[in-house]
Amino acid sequence: MWSTGTATQQTSQTGRRTVADPFFAGLTRAAATVILLALAGVAAFLCSEAWPAVTAPSDRIAGGDGLVAYLWPLVFGTLLAAALALAISAPLAIGVALFISHFAPRRLALLISYVVDLLAAVPSVVYGLWGIFYLAPKLSHIYSWLADHVGWLPLFAGPASVTGRTILTAGVVLAVMTLPVISALSREVFLQTPRLQEEAALALGATRWEMIRMAVLPQGRSGVVSATMLGLGRALGETMAVALVLSASGLVTFNLISTDNPSTIAANIALQFPEATGIQVNTLVASGLALFVITFVVNFAARGLVARSSKSEGS
Amino acid sequence: MAKTIDVSDLDIYYGSFKAVEDVTLTMASRSVTALIGPSGCGKSSFLRSLNRMHEVIPGARVEGKVIMDGRGLYDVDVDPVLVRRDIGMVFQRPNPFPTMSIADNVLAGKRLNGKRMNRAEAAEIVERALVSANLWNEVKDRLRKPGASLSGGQQQRLCIARALAVEPQVLLMDEPCSALDPISTTAIEDLIHTLKERYTIVIVTHNMQQAARVSDTTAFFNLAGAGRPGHLIESGSTPKIFSTPDNPATEAYISGRFG
Repeated sequence: MWSTGTATQQTSQTGRRTVADPFFAGLTRAAATVILLALAGVAAFLCSEAWPAVTAPSDRIAGGDGLVAYLWPLVFGTLLAAALALAISAPLAIGVALFISHFAPRRLALLISYVVDLLAAVPSVVYGLWGIFYLAPKLSHIYSWLADHVGWLPLFAGPASVTGRTILTAGVVLAVMTLPVISALSREVFLQTPRLQEEAALALGATRWEMIRMAVLPQGRSGVVSATMLGLGRALGETMAVALVLSASGLVTFNLISTDNPSTIAANIALQFPEATGIQVNTLVASGLALFVITFVVNFAARGLVARSSKSEGS
Repeated sequence: MAKTIDVSDLDIYYGSFKAVEDVTLTMASRSVTALIGPSGCGKSSFLRSLNRMHEVIPGARVEGKVIMDGRGLYDVDVDPVLVRRDIGMVFQRPNPFPTMSIADNVLAGKRLNGKRMNRAEAAEIVERALVSANLWNEVKDRLRKPGASLSGGQQQRLCIARALAVEPQVLLMDEPCSALDPISTTAIEDLIHTLKERYTIVIVTHNMQQAARVSDTTAFFNLAGAGRPGHLIESGSTPKIFSTPDNPATEAYISGRFG
């Protein structure tokens, strides 16, 4: 009785599966295809619209020195701002994530994770306004101090910007914006450390910090790299906050606190597009294509890094 | 090397829940003490309280005395980190550090002591620990390979080597063979036999035959019902516990009538 019951159930299950399985397989395949098509569509659009700017004579491009000369400072500014942002936010975010996952009492950890998640929900234009009206004036004092005392460093050569609307300020604003992304993901990765690994370290006589270095960080490394890359993606593409904060002159310089600052691609598009016509539009699209390529390269490099490090660990 | 552990009137708590009540037990040096009993009777909690691993669970605490070498392990001036360096532990499932090589796994505890080792010293420590754990012949040609590349039984012996490398007084084993096949289990049991000449060993096991095979002293834990604390019912020399136990509950458990 019982065995026949299961037998029929099994047959009916396999019967249903023959319809349901291909259906869901097709559904997921369609979803994956849509993603690829969307990406291909964007790439095709960017290429076709950017083409006139690529072939145009150099004196017709803004600045008059051709497309490469136009794009280079923007690419430089984009990478510099993103690098500054990550240099500030990545260590901070990893520290916050470790504090939440392994040091804070549960209630405090919940509160902090909630606040950090909230930071991610604030619209970027609000960060921009905060950057202009609050952060930049405050930082300008620090900048003049830096120019006076460590001005021998090329980074702080000055003369310090009076408004404080420099690439470093933009980097700080971007750091605040990327912090929640990186720390939220890192927190999840750190929380997934197997309890068995943590106890292995503790049972050997590891202190809490030694346990983190032994068990938590090695396990979480690839996850933290991925989290940082997502943060980098946000920093590279951020438009509004940078457009508001940065007072750009389009110069390629590592002087972080002066009035001469390179702009970023995204901010430049947002600022120039309303008044652009004809070939100028194509030039802006070409800069968009450059950003697209940069994001791609950065993501692939990060993936390669993660894959290589996990292979050398052999796990 | 080996030291005796004296436990008296030990109560173990998880928050407000009392998991183990009023245990008094001596674990003699250079011998194997087996802790047996049904699931939930508190034998693992008891084992973890011996090297202060119990308290890494939030809310967990103990009351009572655990004395080794004349010192209370729960005295206020005792650092749990140092206790754990003296009392090593092997877990239910093998847990080598997956990102470390075999050699680095063995040295992990040694490196915590912050001592600088030169290459020759490190190699010697690795060899000695792996020989002690009866794993040297199997891995000596691939010490740089990741620890996770070994079989389950080899991983467990690697974990034993890792615990031995810091030269502990006592080795605690929490069902060390429950995730292993019979051949690996035999290897570990043989190892326990040789290790007891140098260490105090306390082992938790669900396998009665294993307790009978490896231990000199057996302690039987039981609990009156779900939600009630576990008690130490009876302890004594292993042959006696397995042939003529004093308590009828012990006999019932050992003969397989419950649990």
